[in-house]
Amino acid sequence: MKYFLRRLGFYLFTAWAAITLNFFIPRMLPGDPVQSLINKFQGRLNTDAVESLYVLFGLDENRTVWQDYLAYLNNLFHGDLGISFTYFPTPVTQILTQSLPWTIALVGLSTIIGFVLGTLAGVGLGWRRGTWADNLLPIANFFSAIPYFWLGIIAIALFAVAWPAFPAAGGYDPGTLPGWNMEFIGGAIYHGILPALTIIISSISGWILGMRNMMVTVSSEDYVTVAQAKGLPERKVMFGYAARNAVLPSISGFALSLGFIVGGTLVAEMVFSYPGIGYMLFQAIGSKDYPLMQGAFLVVTISVLVASMLADFVYAFLDPRTRVEG
Amino acid sequence: MSVQADPIGLTEVEPAKKTGKKGKRSLGILRNRKALIGLIMLAFFLVLALIGPWLAPHDPNAVTQDSLQPPSADHWLGTTNTGQDIFSQLLVGTRGVMLVGLLAGILATMISVIVGVTAGFLGGIGDELLSLLANVFLIIPALPLIIIVAALVPSAGGVTIALIIALTGWAWGSRVLRAQTLSLRKRDFVEAARANGEPMWRIIFFEIMPNLTAIIASGFIGTAIFAILSEVTLAFIGVTSISEWNWGTILFWAQSSQALVLGAWWWFVPAGLCIAAVGTSLTLINFGIDEFVNPRLRNTAASASLLRKKGIRARIGFTPVYRGGGSQHPETTRDDDRPDADTGTTPRGGARRRDAAQADDATVPGRPAASGLPTNSRTTTDTEEVTA
Repeated sequence: MKYFLRRLGFYLFTAWAAITLNFFIPRMLPGDPVQSLINKFQGRLNTDAVESLYVLFGLDENRTVWQDYLAYLNNLFHGDLGISFTYFPTPVTQILTQSLPWTIALVGLSTIIGFVLGTLAGVGLGWRRGTWADNLLPIANFFSAIPYFWLGIIAIALFAVAWPAFPAAGGYDPGTLPGWNMEFIGGAIYHGILPALTIIISSISGWILGMRNMMVTVSSEDYVTVAQAKGLPERKVMFGYAARNAVLPSISGFALSLGFIVGGTLVAEMVFSYPGIGYMLFQAIGSKDYPLMQGAFLVVTISVLVASMLADFVYAFLDPRTRVEG
Repeated sequence: MSVQADPIGLTEVEPAKKTGKKGKRSLGILRNRKALIGLIMLAFFLVLALIGPWLAPHDPNAVTQDSLQPPSADHWLGTTNTGQDIFSQLLVGTRGVMLVGLLAGILATMISVIVGVTAGFLGGIGDELLSLLANVFLIIPALPLIIIVAALVPSAGGVTIALIIALTGWAWGSRVLRAQTLSLRKRDFVEAARANGEPMWRIIFFEIMPNLTAIIASGFIGTAIFAILSEVTLAFIGVTSISEWNWGTILFWAQSSQALVLGAWWWFVPAGLCIAAVGTSLTLINFGIDEFVNPRLRNTAASASLLRKKGIRARIGFTPVYRGGGSQHPETTRDDDRPDADTGTTPRGGARRRDAAQADDATVPGRPAASGLPTNSRTTTDTEEVTA
């Protein structure tokens, strides 16, 4: 219980830190960002938007930073993240709630699939070290160095342009309306295959390499030797003794590196014009839509924190040592 | 468990390793094939970064009539839709990529050394606070954070980007360094130095830091990979200045000019391959360092091809012992107590099991790049709770 409370405390603190960073970053930068934004829009911003910009950047003369901060927190708790410029006058919250399910479905599923497949492959490769299996390592190494977005571009070039088997952009058939019907879901899956494959392929090699090295390291522990000497079936030694211990660092690593992975997958969404948070972020960058950018950062961060926390709890479930009191 | 002295003739290929002379040891990293290949590839790109702009046959910005030409003798990698020479853009862009990787790597490593070593050395509440800081930075998604900062800085160029990346990407290295410092802090030689009355700075710089060299190097390389991927990604999505050439800028123009639909593969393929090549070279160097530090991984790599040659099937955790003739299934022996199995850079000390856990923590391939390499270290706080 103590472990869970400690982790919960950590995540709450991190969430607070992210929220506070989000508040202070626009205020710490030099110059008058609002004026430069107004210039960029060349008078296409209306007075309401300019007003909200001044509030966002803390340039509202009448209030102290502290009052601003409290107001910001208050707005946040009421789900108010400001108004988007790109989709004026739609609130940022509304845009993000529409795109979040897409991101969770695509990024969440493909990250987990990548992790599971990669870990299993790593177990196999580590167990068969010193055989032909080692020849796969340089390939995995090469794939782990490729940026997600470039793999996405190549995937589109091959499977959507050269050989048009999959759609190059979008998240569902334009002819269908979002809803719980077969047509829409089928279309969504069809549109999701290419981006999901991209994410899986580029994330899988990292898990393979990490798990393989941990398998090699763990397998020379005494308990593995004993299990082997007892004449237990190979499968049981491999999964029950070696892999079960080797996977622990991978899982805590999963919790920690989610932030990196999600950052990369957001860019994959941008390449595929997939209607998730990453694509919204991309649009926000293109039009300097600062409220939307910040909102996307917050939502992504909070989602990553929740996912990491779940991974941590899985870790506690797998590793009884963390549950020991004291 | 003693081992039959090299039954399958490992000595045939690595006699040099056995000599273990001081001078040879320092070259050890070069004897690692992976690291050597990585270093050669990296050197190639570093040279390009230096002389690329002079080598470029055309002005990368020059707009000509030859739009969207496939590769030819005049334009080795073809042209863009405005007739710019892509090969020249690639050459000129190398400098920006390498500079940011190097600069961000150095800055982030400095921060991570300061935070990590201090945290590990201080212990107590200072350690708790610094670790908390590192963990917070580790878990907040770096790319979106970099985006919201970079988008606000007017026309962010290479140096600014390197600075932002360093400020957000130092946490991984510091975590690993803290774990290792923690395990070094209580070793006999540090205790001895303290008992001798050596000042704190001397203990840190002359007793502890030399034992962290490999980890610092691998942290630097990990951060450089992260920085390069982040920079290229930022340029690709158009956050940073699009007038400054780097490989991401090429991809940005390719994407925004519909190169995909036009089938202009020469526009977007070479830049991506270059990124992957630099990334691979750095990862290879990191693997070399890992195998250099973690003997278990090194032995695996060294003996694998030999085993294959002798037709012996390797089993995990066991070193096959070839007793000649007779048996089809060679018997097996533990391999981690080999006489040369402890030549890592970390000094030997008591508390072996704890060392093993912490060393693994510190040396398994490091820091995930932006592409999402997984991490391998268990959370150090957990290790603490377990071993304490």
